[in-house]
Amino acid sequence: MNVATGAAALRQVRVRSSSLPLLPVIELAMLAALVATPFALASRPELITLMTNILILSLLALSFDLCWGFSGIMSYGQALFFGVAGYVVALVGRDLDFSQMWATLPLAMLVGALLAAALAAFLLLGRKTPTSIFVAFGTLTGAYAAERLVAGWQYVGAGNGLSSIKLMAFGNYEFVEGFEFYSVALGALVVVYLLSRAVVRSQLGLVLAGMRQNEERLAFFGYRVQVFKALIFTFSGAVAGLSGALYSYHQGFTGPTNLGPGLSTTAVIYCLFGGSGTLIGPVIGTIAIELLSYVLADTDAIRQFWPVILGVVLLVVVMFQPTGLLGLVVSPRERIGSFGARRRVG
Amino acid sequence: MALLEVAGLTKVYGLLRALDGVDLKVDAGSFHGLIGPNGSGKSTLLKSIAGAHYATAGTIRFDGQDITTAPPYRRSRAGLSFKFQITAVLNDLSVYDNVLLALQSMESNWALLRNRSRLRLDGEVMHALERFRLADRADDLAGELSHGEQQWLEIAMALAPRPKLLLLDEPTGGMSPEERRVTGELLAPIKNECALIIVEHDLDFIKNICDRLTVLDQGRVLGDGTVAEIEHDARVQEIYTSRV
Repeated sequence: MNVATGAAALRQVRVRSSSLPLLPVIELAMLAALVATPFALASRPELITLMTNILILSLLALSFDLCWGFSGIMSYGQALFFGVAGYVVALVGRDLDFSQMWATLPLAMLVGALLAAALAAFLLLGRKTPTSIFVAFGTLTGAYAAERLVAGWQYVGAGNGLSSIKLMAFGNYEFVEGFEFYSVALGALVVVYLLSRAVVRSQLGLVLAGMRQNEERLAFFGYRVQVFKALIFTFSGAVAGLSGALYSYHQGFTGPTNLGPGLSTTAVIYCLFGGSGTLIGPVIGTIAIELLSYVLADTDAIRQFWPVILGVVLLVVVMFQPTGLLGLVVSPRERIGSFGARRRVG
Repeated sequence: MALLEVAGLTKVYGLLRALDGVDLKVDAGSFHGLIGPNGSGKSTLLKSIAGAHYATAGTIRFDGQDITTAPPYRRSRAGLSFKFQITAVLNDLSVYDNVLLALQSMESNWALLRNRSRLRLDGEVMHALERFRLADRADDLAGELSHGEQQWLEIAMALAPRPKLLLLDEPTGGMSPEERRVTGELLAPIKNECALIIVEHDLDFIKNICDRLTVLDQGRVLGDGTVAEIEHDARVQEIYTSRV
């Protein structure tokens, strides 16, 4: 047996002895649960509406995770792309009397992507390598400035926002709250999830994984690290834009807070709570926080102070479980995974 | 024409002149050692060539191009490869993925997204790992390797993109005598592939593998020549006997 064959045999032994990956199991279980949800809640339409909102917000959380969890970009501006796209579809409905989803949803993604690309050009592609703090403050300032701008702009409803947004349509069919809108939201989440999965598990994903650990080292391999960051940031802007458009259609309303630091920070919390650096983590985080909020707010004994309880729970998890809920069951090795032709983990 | 031509290179940090008008020429295929006492400017010179920091004055020409102000990624794409003094392997990635990351760096973003080279590079990754005695550790995390193995992995990564000039900053730092001997054996065959500039404190190691030596002292070139010439240079003997 030569050295190469021996090494290959040894690798095979290691493969067999390694524990089975958990992430695909969790992903499939989550998908099955989300597909079953509207059927299980058929008699509780208000819960289907709640779950639709959660799916849409999961997209926003996912967009943040692509930035922070996978690319090391601390973005406090995801709501900027979310909110502006939401306003754009609302204005297209009001001023052009048009809400065909085959055009408005791609338009929302384009708006989110262009905004993110413009911000990336300023924050990431300068002559000097930006610090994380610079990017965090830059995105935060962008979201804050946009919120203030919109709050004082009469054309977009100023502080009152835009209400009675034209219903999202496909041909003559209009989507109202309920099973149909839930299906659209779930479909959008699944498509974005699979697309994101393809990106982060590709050879480009290996570059992102390397970037998270040592940006300087990658530059000496010949990688233009900031360009990779700008690409992912732009992609995340498109995802946030899609989320914002669906949210506006679903709520029938959009307002200045939908593009401010408050919602941006909420997306950060969703992601950290569930587990950043995995795609399913932000989805789990959004579901957990929103369902917990719903249950706490609906419990008579704690109706007055449930936000305090929620705040304490979030603080405890973020401080003492930095890998989020998912980190309790998924190993760091599996979270990062392997990328070569002989992939065995993740 | 030399592969690398450094002319009048000066690097100033506040009041300190870390490099003061350094000239250096390295021919294709030659192994060139940089020696000198601590603080003489060896690592600063290597980092200036690699692009880790920019020179205050002077020029660096590599393979006919002026790279004095080029960022690290551009120097790397021109054919320069740099191994850090402190090991900088990516601890949370597998040994295999560390080398794949180095190998795929010349692919376009679109090709990376489409996994165009994943299968094609598999053989090259394994060849690089076998060459540096790491094939049986391919699936382990880089952070699980011993210090010596991490140094070998770094060299394997630096060599993977087939550079024209490899810059090694103290490749045997922290190694046992046996690991140093093996490192020398591993480096010798790369003479057929690329030129080498090596900074190393172990004079016996560097004399065994280098064709030429440049001696730095207080940011200036004290001597430059073949190993035999430098060994008999009275000024070099003086700094090594009086200060090292």
